Amino acid sequence: MKFKGGIHPQYNKGTAALPVEEMPLGARYVVPLAQHLGAPGKPVVAKGDRVGRGQPLSEPGGFVSVAVHAPTSGKVTAVKELPHPLGLEMTAVEIEADGEDAWWEGVQPRGAWREMDPAALRDALRDAGLVGMGGATFPTHVKLSPPKDKPIGTFILNGAECEPYLTSDHRVMLEQPREVMEGVGLFMKVLGVTKAYVGVEANKADALDALKAACPPDLDVAFALLEVKYPQGSEKQLIYALTGRTVPAGGLPMDVGCLVQNVGTAVAAYEAIAKGWPLIQRVTTVTGAAIRQPKNLRLRVGTPLGDVLAFCGGLTEDVAKVVYGGPMMGIAQFSLDVPIIKGTSGVLCLPDAEVVQYLADACIRCGACVDACPMGLLPSTLGVLCERDRWEDLEDFNVADCIECGSCAFCCPAYRPLVQLIKRGKAELRRIQKMRQQGAA
Amino acid sequence: MSMEQDKTGASPPEVAAAGGDPPAPPPAKPAPPDKAEPPRAPRLVVSTSPHVHRDQDVPRIMRSVVWALVPGILVGLWFFGLAALQVYAIAVAGCLLFEWAFRRMLGRPGTLGDWSAVVTGLLLAMNLPAGSPWWLVVVGCLAAIVLGKQIYGGLGYNPFNPALVARVVLLVSFPVQMTTWPAQGGPLTVDATTAATPLGAIREALSVGQTVPQAMAGADFPVWKLLVGMRGGCLGEVSVIALLLGGLFLLRKGHIKWQVPVGFIATVFLFTGAAWLGDPERYANPLYHTFSGGLFLGAFFMATDMVTSPVTRRGMFIFAVGCGLITVIIRLWGGYPEGVSFAILLMNAATPLIDRYTKPQVFGAKRKLYEEAKAA
Ligand code: SF4
Ligand code: SF4
Repeated sequence: MKFKGGIHPQYNKGTAALPVEEMPLGARYVVPLAQHLGAPGKPVVAKGDRVGRGQPLSEPGGFVSVAVHAPTSGKVTAVKELPHPLGLEMTAVEIEADGEDAWWEGVQPRGAWREMDPAALRDALRDAGLVGMGGATFPTHVKLSPPKDKPIGTFILNGAECEPYLTSDHRVMLEQPREVMEGVGLFMKVLGVTKAYVGVEANKADALDALKAACPPDLDVAFALLEVKYPQGSEKQLIYALTGRTVPAGGLPMDVGCLVQNVGTAVAAYEAIAKGWPLIQRVTTVTGAAIRQPKNLRLRVGTPLGDVLAFCGGLTEDVAKVVYGGPMMGIAQFSLDVPIIKGTSGVLCLPDAEVVQYLADACIRCGACVDACPMGLLPSTLGVLCERDRWEDLEDFNVADCIECGSCAFCCPAYRPLVQLIKRGKAELRRIQKMRQQGAA
Repeated sequence: MSMEQDKTGASPPEVAAAGGDPPAPPPAKPAPPDKAEPPRAPRLVVSTSPHVHRDQDVPRIMRSVVWALVPGILVGLWFFGLAALQVYAIAVAGCLLFEWAFRRMLGRPGTLGDWSAVVTGLLLAMNLPAGSPWWLVVVGCLAAIVLGKQIYGGLGYNPFNPALVARVVLLVSFPVQMTTWPAQGGPLTVDATTAATPLGAIREALSVGQTVPQAMAGADFPVWKLLVGMRGGCLGEVSVIALLLGGLFLLRKGHIKWQVPVGFIATVFLFTGAAWLGDPERYANPLYHTFSGGLFLGAFFMATDMVTSPVTRRGMFIFAVGCGLITVIIRLWGGYPEGVSFAILLMNAATPLIDRYTKPQVFGAKRKLYEEAKAA
């Protein structure tokens, strides 16, 4: 099935053929306590402590929260506010590596997932600090705990990687297909589902073949090549494309009995059980015209961005923008002192000439954004309402259903900053709704 | 477990960050820029996603429209000669001038670069009789740019199609000049006798008690002449084929959506057809209606104006059908022989309303599949 709307940006997946390289150990790591959606964790180490590789540095700050772990062995040199990729400064643990890279004694294989109890698996994933690694970083154990009235019947592995430039998932599928499929089986076991789908965009048919070949015979998995269209990897669009089910407006995938996980998360889940590794490393694509040697890297969570860029030959003179994630939804960085975090699927370095300026020019009502919006919204109207501070009217136009995919702004000939406007509008509307609720209570 | 065994001591990133491994004595001249260059902090642009853009902007769209108008303009020049050239030149120059002057007067940034004034100028000229005197064209430019567009705030804010605002202002203020149709004399004509337009001929005949078949026999407008453009009328409206060519180009480029021209032209065809079947003595046949007047110019280039038509496909179709209906009503029973301009302007006024009632369906608004999935 094909979802409505969507766009065809230039894919620029030049790094797709580059095997994943291991990033050598560095001297210093910065591990922010907040690397997921939800409450940040509470630090359990202090300055001067020695930590082993994989040792917890924090404990969850609630149910929707996970711990972070030491990326290598060394000494804690600070627990303080440091630059964070999501902007501003947030509490982070700074570690000076001792070069030993010795595992913490608590890191032990958890067993074979096929023989384990679903609840134990889920707890182990939580303790490993697992979050969605496609970029949303929602704690995995929470996603795996659907309410009783919303049973999950279908597991979906998201291998769409529809963001231009990014190739980390592609490489993982090619290089670690067995781990990916074991991860799929593990998730199915946790959820108690018997049916799974694997969806990969048609420009990565080799990845789908690799997964197919690596699929354990005891799993019932349907493999599907998906239309190459952004945002194919968005959960609702992916579910529709694979199963024909439509997640209700304002709803979640579990409303149609589906649960989606990303390729990287599947590997991390498998490793968390089979090897006991907490989530301290990931594969990240470092790319763009402003980096000298684009690479797919396996790196430790907490590696300073500056080290990563230096390992890739450094930035070119004309660099103007460094983005965490892909060009459609990624977050522009204000500093090179930020670390790589669990959700950093890519580091996109753009030169001056490729920086797009979205201006607040008038909407010429061309309708391009309307055709492009995969959620069936009127981005043009939303933009105008936000511009005029008409926050409450946004409700009538379903602003909350916007997935901030950027398709609208991408094709707007007037270069209107639609996503920026809509993000602001969403926040303002939420504020008003909250006030309304408080007033009613 | 091989990877966790690599105990790399001194790692390259650390070296690079430290500023070069061989601690050389301070160099006499700046070090050559190699990978050991001192870390510098580039100034980074921080902005909201997306960080890429489709290669498309307003000036490019407007230039495409200009290209699409070229066939129609050339045919006009061929049939109406130098007089037409003068109208085109004054209209474009006038629109650019007023656009520039008005923006400047209000202290707003200049907008000549968006090419919209050129499009307005060309469309205005195409909606004027070939022999329009220079002052008429200038008044038209003033009406189009200032009354039609800039008093609302400029491109994007105007509710009505600027060229049509001008045309109607002129039609009401200078009815004689606006309905004097020079005959087609060929490329070098300067002055010429006047001629009837196909729709005007019928109306006149009806008013003196003739039937439509009689009028059509006398006026001699076979379909091929209408297609080629050998007939009286506004400068840019005569050649159906030339306009269709440009229109198809815009459709291909995606700057106009098929819903508008198809909806508009089909409605006119169907309703004039129905009238003709009912009473062929009183009503001209649908082909005659479809290929005459300003229908093709209006359907492909005026009703498709992005700013003043609905944003959704469904809205566009409703808009187009509305344009067609009003056109037919004016042509068959109204006070003017031609109604395309009025029809489009009226539907421009209805656009906000149409937009309101044609909101697209939000993804997941349909609950059916949801219930099905729950049952399954
Ligand atoms: S960012 Fe929101 S409004 Fe824009 S296309 Fe995506 S879902 Fe639609
Ligand atoms: S794409 Fe831009 S100019 Fe076109 S309707 Fe949407 S907001 Fe307006």
